[in-house]
Amino acid sequence: MATGVAAWLPFARAAAIGWMPVANCPMPVAPRDHSKKKDELIILNVSGRRFQTWRTTLDRYPDTLLGSMEKEFFYNEETKEYFFDRDPDAFRSVLNFYRTGKLHYPRYECISAYDEELAFFGIIPEIIGDCCYEEYKDRKRENAERLMDDQEENKDSKLPNMNFRETMWRAFENPHTSTMALVFYYVTGFFIAVSVITNVVETVPCGSTPNQKDMPCGERYTVAFFCMDTACVMIFTVEYLLRLFAAPSRYRFMRSVMSIIDVVAILPYYIGLVMTDNEDVSGAFVTLRVFRVFRIFKFSRHSQGLRILGYTLKSCASELGFLLFSLTMAIIIFATVMFYAEKGSSSSKFTSIPASFWYTIVTMTTLGYGDMVPKTIAGKIFGSICSLSGVLVIALPVPVIVSNFSRIYHQNQRADKRRAQKKARLARIRIAKKGSSNAYLQSKRNGLLSELLDLTGSEEEEHVNKTTSLLESQHHHLLHCLEKTTAHEFVDEQLYEQNCVEGAVPLQSPPSRSSSLSSHDGVTGTCCTRRSRKRIPLPNASLSTTHTHTQGLQELSAIRIQYGDEPSLGSSTRSSLNLKTSERSGSNCQGQHITTAIISLPSPPAFHPDSTVVPPITTTSSSNVVKVSAL
Amino acid sequence: MKAKDRDQSLSDSRELDGSYDQLTDSIEDDFELSTVCQRPEGLEKLQQLTKFTKKELQVLYRGFKNECPSGVVNEDTFKVIYSQFFPQGDSSMYAHFLFEAFDTNKNGSVSFEDFVIGLSIILRGTINDRLNWAFNLYDLNKDGCITKEEMLDIMKSIYDMMGKYTYPCMQEDAPREHVEIFFQKMDRNNDGVVTIDEFIESCQKDENIMQSMQLFDNVI
Repeated sequence: MATGVAAWLPFARAAAIGWMPVANCPMPVAPRDHSKKKDELIILNVSGRRFQTWRTTLDRYPDTLLGSMEKEFFYNEETKEYFFDRDPDAFRSVLNFYRTGKLHYPRYECISAYDEELAFFGIIPEIIGDCCYEEYKDRKRENAERLMDDQEENKDSKLPNMNFRETMWRAFENPHTSTMALVFYYVTGFFIAVSVITNVVETVPCGSTPNQKDMPCGERYTVAFFCMDTACVMIFTVEYLLRLFAAPSRYRFMRSVMSIIDVVAILPYYIGLVMTDNEDVSGAFVTLRVFRVFRIFKFSRHSQGLRILGYTLKSCASELGFLLFSLTMAIIIFATVMFYAEKGSSSSKFTSIPASFWYTIVTMTTLGYGDMVPKTIAGKIFGSICSLSGVLVIALPVPVIVSNFSRIYHQNQRADKRRAQKKARLARIRIAKKGSSNAYLQSKRNGLLSELLDLTGSEEEEHVNKTTSLLESQHHHLLHCLEKTTAHEFVDEQLYEQNCVEGAVPLQSPPSRSSSLSSHDGVTGTCCTRRSRKRIPLPNASLSTTHTHTQGLQELSAIRIQYGDEPSLGSSTRSSLNLKTSERSGSNCQGQHITTAIISLPSPPAFHPDSTVVPPITTTSSSNVVKVSAL
Repeated sequence: MKAKDRDQSLSDSRELDGSYDQLTDSIEDDFELSTVCQRPEGLEKLQQLTKFTKKELQVLYRGFKNECPSGVVNEDTFKVIYSQFFPQGDSSMYAHFLFEAFDTNKNGSVSFEDFVIGLSIILRGTINDRLNWAFNLYDLNKDGCITKEEMLDIMKSIYDMMGKYTYPCMQEDAPREHVEIFFQKMDRNNDGVVTIDEFIESCQKDENIMQSMQLFDNVI
C-alpha cells in the first residue's frame, strides 16, 4: 500500500459502512488506537537549522529512520527536539519526500554525499521520482566508472605471491612496472620500426649498375635485407612465444586482436622459408609479403592514441555502417543516371554502370581526377548534383565519429591525469599517517626513557614527557593493549631492517620494556632440550621479525620460568601440568630453542598502514603442548 | 492605461510564444488547463455542518489537500485512491458507488465539504444516520427503494474487491445467493424491493449489524 495515501485510511474504513448491513456474520473487533496522540508538530534540528513538521507526516513511511522509533535515539530532552548532526541542505530533499511523497535529486548535490544521506535516513534511492531519476542514474554511473578506474589502478600494485609467469605477464602489459619491462618495450618498438623501414626501403630503386636497369634495393642487397628480416622475425617470434607462455588464459590470448596481428606479421616469413623454390606459388608468395605491413599495427601496443582510435572506430561501427550504406546507395543511383545520360555521346568513357561507379566515387568525395568527364549537358547537370550531394552525405556521420573519438580521448586523458594526481595524493596522505604512527613510537620511547630515568633515579627534568591530548593518550593506550595482547611490539622501519639483517640469531636481549621483566634479562632458557626452534617461512617477508619473535619468546619464556620456579604451586597450574617432570627440575638447558609455529595475520590497516610490523599470534608448541601466548 | 499595457504585453508574449496560433486565435496547449482550484468553506461553517472538532477538520483537510492539491476529487482519482487499499481485487465499481454517494450535488466531483459531511455522518452520526447513509449508498437510482438488481450490483462490486484468490474458491453465483439472503432478511412484505423503513427496522433487529455499526465510533 502506498503510504502516501495513509491519510485516506480513515475514509476507507468509513466506506466499509456499505458492507455492514449485508454481512451475515459479525465483524471482527477493531484495533483501538490507545495512544490517542493528537497530531503534534515536531521539531527536527539539523545542524542548527530547525525544520518543523507534523508527526503524522513523518509517520507516513514507517520503515525509514524518521518514521520509526529510531528517531528517538536522537531526541534531545532539554530542547525537546530531535537533533541530527547532518547536512541541512540535503535534509531538505529528505523532508520533502515525507511531505510530498516524491524524492527529488538536487543537481548541485554531490552524488555520494546524497547517497550517504539517504542511507542514513533509511530511504532507498530507487524511489526517486521520474523527473530526477535519469540525472541521478547518470551521475551515479559516472561516479562508479571513476571509482572503477581507481580500483583498476590498485590491482596493478604488486600482489605478495606472484609467480614468475604472472610477473612476466604484468611486465608485458604494463612496461612501467620494472626496468626489464621497459627495456623490452623499447627494444620491441625499435625492431618494429626497423622492420617497417626495411620493408619500405626494400622497394626503393637504388643506384643502378651501368649495364642493368634500375633495381630496387631489395634485390641488390638481398643478403642484408634477408638478415634484417630474419632478425626482426626472430625477435617477434620470441616475443609472441613469451607472451603466450605468460598469458593467464592462453586461449583468450590467442583469440585477442593483438595476438592475431602478431601471428600475421611473422607468418609470411615462415611460409616464405618453407616454399622458396616452388615456382608455382611464387606469385602467392609475393602477395604474402604484403602482409608484412601488418607489423606496423604492432605499434598499437606502444601508442595509446592508436588504441583509442581503434576503439572509437569499433564503437562508432553503426555510424560507419550508415555512412557506407548511404554512400553505396548514392553511388549506385548516380552511376546509373550518369551511364544513361552519357549513353548517347560518342567515345564516352561511361561504358557500363560499374564503370561509372569510379566516376561517381571520385566526384562524390570531391576528388575529381578528371579521367572520366561527362560530355553531354544532362551528364554535366547530374554530375554537379552528384558532387554536391557527395559533400552532404559524407559530412553527416563524420561529426558523430569525431565527437565519439573526442569523448573517449578526453576520458583517457582524464584517467591518466587522475592516476598521476592520485600518486601524489597518496604520498601526501601516507606522510600524514606516518606522522601519527611515529607519534606513537615516539611516545613509547619517551615512556621508556622516563622509566629508565625513574630506575636510575636521575633527576633530569622530564622534558621528554610532552603533554599529549586525551585522545592521543587513549589511542596510544589502545595500541599498547594490542601489543600486550599479542606479545609483540610496534617498531619503526629502521629497527625492523636491522633485525632482518641480523638474521636468525637465537635470542638477543632487547631492551627491557618493563621493570618487572628487567630481572629476567638474559635469563632466557626454557626447560627443554629436545625442542628445536622451527620457523615456518612466511610468504610475505614483510611480516614478522626475529626481533619481535624473540621478544615474544622472551616474555613467554619468562612467564614459564616463573611457573617453573614455583613448584609449590603444584600441579594446579596448567603449565606445570604440561611440563615434563624431568624438565621441571632444572633449568639446565642452554639454548633458547622453542618450537614455535607462527600464524601470521594480514597486517591490520586500521592503525598503521605503513608500519611493517604485524603482530602475529604465536603459539608455542612443545612436543605435546600447544599454548597460546595470550596474556 | 494599465489595462492597455497589460493587453499589449499579453499580445506581445503571445506572438513570441510559439504555442499561440494566430490563425485560429487559440492557445494550442498539449495539456488542458486544469488549474481549477476550489477552496472549501470556512472552518466555522464546516464545524456547524459536521460533528468534527476543529482539530479533526484540520487533520482531515491536510490529508485531503495533500492528495488532491486542486481541492476536488474526481472519480478517477477517487478510484485510484481507493484501489490502493485493495490491491488484490477490483474495487472500481464499489468506488464508483461510493463516489455517487459522496457526491451529493451530483456535479461529478467531490469537494472537501462533501467529503467531510459524508464522513461526519458515518463516523459521528447516530446509528440511524449511518443506516440512512448506507441505504443511500445501496439505492443506486435514489428512488427510495432497493431493488434486487441494485443490490446485485452492489454485491458484485463488493465481491469483486476480493479478487480471484480466495478461500474457499469464489463461486459464480455467490453474489446472487447473498442477495437472496439479504432480501429474505430485509424484505418484510415480500414485494421484491426494500424500502428505507424496512431496511432500518430489519437492521435494528439484527444484533450483528447493530454491533458492527458501532465500529465506526473510533475510526478518527
